[in-house]
Amino acid sequence: MEPTIFGYIRRHSWKEQMIVLGLTLASFPFLYWSLDLPKTIVNDALGQADQPHDFYGFEVDKFGYLFALCGLFLTLVLINGIFKYIINVYAGLVAERMLRRLRYDLYSQILRFPLPHMKRVSSGEIVQMINAETEALGGYIGTALQIPAYQGGTLLVILTFIFVQDPVLGLAAIALYPIQAYLIPKLQRRVNQLGKQRIRQVRRLADRISETVSGVRDLRANDATQYERARMSSELSVVYYIRYRIYILKFMIKFINNFFAQIAPFFFFSIGGYLVLTGNISLGAIVAVLSAHKDLSSPWRELLDYYQLMQDVRIKYDQVVSQFQPRGQIDERRQLDEPTAELSFEGSIEARGVVVRDDDGDALLDNVTLTVPIPSTVAILGPGGGGREELTMVLAGLITPDSGRVTIGGHDLNQLPDSVLGRKMAFVGFPPFVGSDTIEDNLLMGLRHRPVRPYQPPPEEEKRYRRQLRDTERAGNSPFDFRADWVDWTLAGVTEEQERLPTIVGILELIQLDADVYMLGLRGTIRHDRFDDLRERLLEVRAAMHERLETDESLARLVERFDPERYNSNATLAENLLFGAPRDDQFQIDRLAEHPYVRRVLDQVGITDELRRVGLALARTMVELFADLPPDHEYYQQFSFIRAEDLPDYQSLVARADPEALDRLDQEDRQRLLALPFRLINSRHRLGLITRELEEKLLEARKVFRENLPPEYAASVAFFEPDAFNDAASVQDNVLFGKIAYGVAQAPVRVAALIRQLLEEAGLRERIIEVGLSFRCGPGGARLSMAQRQKLAMARALIRRPAVLILHEALTAIDAAEQPAMADRVLEAMAGRTVIWSLARADLADKFQQAIMMDKGKIVETGEQAAEAAPQEADA
Amino acid sequence: MSLQDDVEVLRAIPLFSKIEPAKLKLLAFTSEHLEFEQDEVLFRQGEPGDAAYIILRGTADIVVDSPTGPVTVAHLARNDVVGEIAILCDVPRTATVIAGSGLATLRVGKDAFFNLVTQFPQVGLGIMSELAHRLHQTTMHLTEASARLRQLEQGSGPA
Repeated sequence: MEPTIFGYIRRHSWKEQMIVLGLTLASFPFLYWSLDLPKTIVNDALGQADQPHDFYGFEVDKFGYLFALCGLFLTLVLINGIFKYIINVYAGLVAERMLRRLRYDLYSQILRFPLPHMKRVSSGEIVQMINAETEALGGYIGTALQIPAYQGGTLLVILTFIFVQDPVLGLAAIALYPIQAYLIPKLQRRVNQLGKQRIRQVRRLADRISETVSGVRDLRANDATQYERARMSSELSVVYYIRYRIYILKFMIKFINNFFAQIAPFFFFSIGGYLVLTGNISLGAIVAVLSAHKDLSSPWRELLDYYQLMQDVRIKYDQVVSQFQPRGQIDERRQLDEPTAELSFEGSIEARGVVVRDDDGDALLDNVTLTVPIPSTVAILGPGGGGREELTMVLAGLITPDSGRVTIGGHDLNQLPDSVLGRKMAFVGFPPFVGSDTIEDNLLMGLRHRPVRPYQPPPEEEKRYRRQLRDTERAGNSPFDFRADWVDWTLAGVTEEQERLPTIVGILELIQLDADVYMLGLRGTIRHDRFDDLRERLLEVRAAMHERLETDESLARLVERFDPERYNSNATLAENLLFGAPRDDQFQIDRLAEHPYVRRVLDQVGITDELRRVGLALARTMVELFADLPPDHEYYQQFSFIRAEDLPDYQSLVARADPEALDRLDQEDRQRLLALPFRLINSRHRLGLITRELEEKLLEARKVFRENLPPEYAASVAFFEPDAFNDAASVQDNVLFGKIAYGVAQAPVRVAALIRQLLEEAGLRERIIEVGLSFRCGPGGARLSMAQRQKLAMARALIRRPAVLILHEALTAIDAAEQPAMADRVLEAMAGRTVIWSLARADLADKFQQAIMMDKGKIVETGEQAAEAAPQEADA
Repeated sequence: MSLQDDVEVLRAIPLFSKIEPAKLKLLAFTSEHLEFEQDEVLFRQGEPGDAAYIILRGTADIVVDSPTGPVTVAHLARNDVVGEIAILCDVPRTATVIAGSGLATLRVGKDAFFNLVTQFPQVGLGIMSELAHRLHQTTMHLTEASARLRQLEQGSGPA
């Protein structure tokens, strides 16, 4: 990237800058004309009204002339306004385009960071830099030429005007500029230094905050939060004082500017006055100069502000860009180039005298020489920190050795582009990376190198699409379309579309992630078009389930099906009322009592008071049951309808309330009572509060709710319908179409088994796994367990059938007893290809053709001996 | 069956007789009312234990696996508590319990059980005395059995 922001602007936006400049210059004549026109109106149209007027070749009378000139004035005002509008929009556009480019460039730089550098950078700081610190740069870039041109031009015009009136006064007007020009940069330099400090400090803050976010658990577990608070206070105090000093200096600069601007009339009056008294200049000229000087101060101030901004931005750019160019950055070509020819990996992988040093210069790998025949299997053993991890990463081409070299089939690994390494080789390290996308996205990461089929926009989108492409290109962003089809299935050996899912399922089975994904699928919802046919199939399974429940008495009591005409005693009161699943938070259970439409329905059926009485009875029970429990007792969380902190309020409410005269309570109390019963489940809570009559009324309310549902809420509920798929409910619930009965032994387990059995009988196992594949993994894969993440990363590596698979502690989180079998399956899947596996467990080493032992960065043993020596090492 | 019915049954159990009704209600509310059909299994020997069961209605059999096959060692009826050993000393279930008829139980989770025992010493004492009673019986059986074993050994000794 260019070393200064000015270079960056020149290189990437000079054309746009010229356009801004051209527009600005083009606006000047109109501006000047609009300033000049009032003089013509006053002098000619009014001052010499009775003379005949010539308006661009037309003979006009005095009224015609006046209105013609006024019309012209109006037109000029409009033209000036339009110019300003166009310039502003265009400058904004240029600014955003450059900002987009800058952010993209910085982001690309991250992808090229040498991996050891990643240990030193903090994601908090990087986010801060790319998001916040670049923001000011964009604003500056848009006006880089426009402000100096426009304001400088205006300044020049006015100064010229003053000089024309009288050179001496002209000199007086600019007499103090040299002092300003001397003082202000001096002060500004101080401000700049502080500005630099401030940027660094704010980055530290960002870093601290992101570190806290990731470490809250341990901070709390160690009661270290006060220490962290104090640390944050002290960091904030540093920012505070830097900003304070910046203000002092900044406003000092302002003060000096204002002072000098206002002191100029002193010269006009004294020098000018002297000249008038001595008869060297007319009084009118002084008045003209004074009024011109008033106009002078605005552009002058703008220029000074611009100067400050420019300095600010120069530093910011410098500070940001320098952070994004660490030593040893990967050559851009290595990431962007496509392989020129198909490289065959034959012969062997050779490491010769490989040395890798850490920041302190200590050798992590110390003169490692190693030959791995292709194909073969190698286990790398040894204690953690002995160089196993570094060795695997060097062999995968992810770390460039400080000296020595690694070749594969005679090609130097560090000359090969990512497009070769990242396709023919696969690497799984620890901890594995799993992104927040879906499981499928994570799994197919290794099949998405370049688009295989371009995006085809729908016809009505085409125009907009082409424009987006143009804008993307102008901002120097990625030439590839994100929406294109990126998945290159041929890498997974798949040619037919219908083989895709079985291939994925096969890999998941191999790595034993299929059952987990299947479970996620059962609990998942399906809204995507690709599941259109599945909905129908699931309805068939629902019918089969119904039949089974009908015919088998021992099963029948496990489930209470949804019936539009019956109250479901195993469902909450809310579910019985809505008789559907909420699609958004409009009808969330906690908000029902406040929802105006729900209230209207309850009022219409006339059960609002009845529900309040149920609420009161419930409150009484809760108060009775929980009165003696300490507020932090876990029962509140698990069982209570009332939170511990609300209990005292309810206690007094219960004491006050009379069930027969609830209207005597105030609005808030009545609301409180109404909010309680919605979570009531008859069979679970067994409080007998929902009577037959109330059930009947609630069924009526259910009908009223549905029939009168206003269109704006129509999308908020997915109603339960026996013959329709409910897209707000999970696959499992759709098959069940009811509630598992409370109080029946083993009901959840038996129902789950029945659902599973019916789905499998219908041949839907793969499709349910497909639903599970669209499960979103959460930030950093946090919604999956570490074992699941490791399996997913392994599946990702295996699905693209690499020639060389390099693993570092890739299965450590998996149950120790399962690991040997898992290793066998992975090795079997890689049969005929090369596997290099760094293992903590020496007992797995005998599965490999070669075993090497690493310690302190050196290979201490190779061959069969290592495998035998290993167990002792492990015991030690 | 309503919560109130369960509370009535609990009140009739001697072990809980001294506990105030509100507390029994809390116990019933925080426990799960579970019904079993005849021959359904409450829990199996060797499984980890996470709850005790109070029998509200019906009967159950305690069955222990032995080298010669399952042996029924005891019968449970209304008001009996079963499954507390596994949660008291954190061992796997020592026996299998099978419903002998239609059975209604209150399944008391581990936490609720400890809550009960710590809050009401008399419940703890009651359970202690029940366990001591069983221990006494077991000891007697053991003494008897070993005496008989010795007799047998002497009978078939080096005569």
